Amino acid sequence: MALAVIKYYPLFRSMTVTPQGQYASRLRSRTEKGIDGVFFSLTAGFAISIGVLLLSIGLVVTINALPAIQAFGLKFLITSEWNPVSGREAYGALPMIYGTLVSAILALLIAVPLGVGTAIFLSENFIPLAFRTVLVFMVELLAAIPSVVYGLWGIFVLIPITKEIGRWLHNTLGWIPFFSTMPRGPGMLPAALVLAIMILPIITAISRDSLASLPPELRQASLGLGATRWGTIFRVLIPAAFSGIVGAVMLALGRAMGETMAVTMIIGNANQLNLSILAPANTISSLLANQFAEAKDLQVAALMYAALVLVIMTLIVNILAEYIVGQIQAKYD
Amino acid sequence: MIPAAQPQKSVDLGDLKIDHSSRRSLFTIAMTILASACMLLTLIPLIAVLTYVFLQGFRRFNLPLLTQLPPPPGLTEGGIANAILGTLIVVGIAAIISVPFGVLAAVFLAEFGKGNPLARWVRFATNVLSGVPSIVAGVFAYGLLVKTGLTGYSAIAGGVALSVLMLPTIIRTTDEALQIVPKEVRMASVGLGASNYQTILKIVLPAAVPSIITGVTLAIARAAGETAPLIFTALNSSFWPGGVLEPISSLSVLVYNFATVPYEPQKQLAWAGALILVLMVLMTSIAARLATRQKTY
Repeated sequence: MALAVIKYYPLFRSMTVTPQGQYASRLRSRTEKGIDGVFFSLTAGFAISIGVLLLSIGLVVTINALPAIQAFGLKFLITSEWNPVSGREAYGALPMIYGTLVSAILALLIAVPLGVGTAIFLSENFIPLAFRTVLVFMVELLAAIPSVVYGLWGIFVLIPITKEIGRWLHNTLGWIPFFSTMPRGPGMLPAALVLAIMILPIITAISRDSLASLPPELRQASLGLGATRWGTIFRVLIPAAFSGIVGAVMLALGRAMGETMAVTMIIGNANQLNLSILAPANTISSLLANQFAEAKDLQVAALMYAALVLVIMTLIVNILAEYIVGQIQAKYD
Repeated sequence: MIPAAQPQKSVDLGDLKIDHSSRRSLFTIAMTILASACMLLTLIPLIAVLTYVFLQGFRRFNLPLLTQLPPPPGLTEGGIANAILGTLIVVGIAAIISVPFGVLAAVFLAEFGKGNPLARWVRFATNVLSGVPSIVAGVFAYGLLVKTGLTGYSAIAGGVALSVLMLPTIIRTTDEALQIVPKEVRMASVGLGASNYQTILKIVLPAAVPSIITGVTLAIARAAGETAPLIFTALNSSFWPGGVLEPISSLSVLVYNFATVPYEPQKQLAWAGALILVLMVLMTSIAARLATRQKTY
């Protein structure tokens, strides 16, 4: 008899047992449904406002940049005078855009081989798993140290070292434009080195993840066919994880372009375009960090314009990275 | 019919031995050494930074450091107590804004998000937000609160800037924490007659709380070390915090400012401040590591 009462009820309509021991369905009360609806809308509202927040960041920066966009247009991107003296105001961000790109690319040149090498080391069984876990954690710590601490360390430890190296480079290879100036301390080289240290953990962590998440059959098949460990790594594992590694590099590039404090403290903040990596330079983010607090009127607009350029640059890189990383996750699911 | 086993031709066992001087073996050895060298080179900066900060920082580590104001240029006494307090206030404001915001948004993603195109867009927005440079968060808060005169240079403006940076971390860790809670737990709850909000608030969220706290702690520790979003929102002050609508000093900005002044006592304070920041990050990272080891389910 009871069975006849139990029909299929949707999951969210609860059933209760009546005192007589018979099953009866209890429909959700209107209040309960109401609270459920409100709760859903509440969470959905907060979720949507993440998107709203993102849009408003773009909007606030763009609106505040408008006076400068109207005054300088695209010339802002290709001129290199930065003069906040009122009456002779002229703003061009070319040296900073150049500095942002070059410092990030130099950092990648150092960090990519190191990071991928470390990722391979940590995804293979060269040392016992327990030690590897500790090493993975230590690499994570590298990412956790605040930027300003790297800057402080850079000023007092790294710059004296790079000054010596730079002097040697200038004396022996001074005819190459990249080493054509005498190092004075702060400059592009130490900034790129600190950036490299700061993006190493990103490259290592994501590359290691994409290597470790490959199906073990790939390795077994390769080893079974007689390949050596490194033959397997170079011919099978790295090609299979390649898009993950590229995604890691793109994310690191975005991070390097937006990094502020460590760079500001050691790049020298010189608003001039110089091919030499031993000379002081500037990046967009260091420009903002240095000038925002004291800026007025048109200078604020010009700084906002520079911030907008930075946002667009990092946005393109990050969305590309997102897309590439998304591709691999689909591949072996 | 299986043919009877033929006596094996004698195999030269020498062929099966690894020839350590062959090109393959040498290549393997060389590459293994190279990979180990990469590992070592990656660890060197970590060890170099940590030892230097510890050595320099502990020299100045004493009680006045934690209880007194920074000295004027030329004097040697004093501490960075106002900056420590300021960091706590600004990060507290950021946490008050970003924790409920982030947790509820993550509840939407994890509980209602399956097959919902809106959830895909929100996840995408979260990822993009986590790629926004920290200085841009500062520029945003400046444009929104400082320039418009809503709060001016203040602890609130700094807190808003930091909350933008904390949000993606909180959403991501909460999302992951909720998804780890087994589906059976939700089914059991709904099967017992609980409604959606009861299931989520009373069953799923409590189960995920340890991991959520871990994520929030990590986000707070990271935010406390951020400098770029604060230098032109919370600005700086050499006095005790005077309220949330006043400019306020913070540890990270203090380290930045004192790193470049020509006075030795200030430089020592910068190192001590850096040590506090590093200790905080180290301890929360290790604690988070240990906490995530114990699983509720």
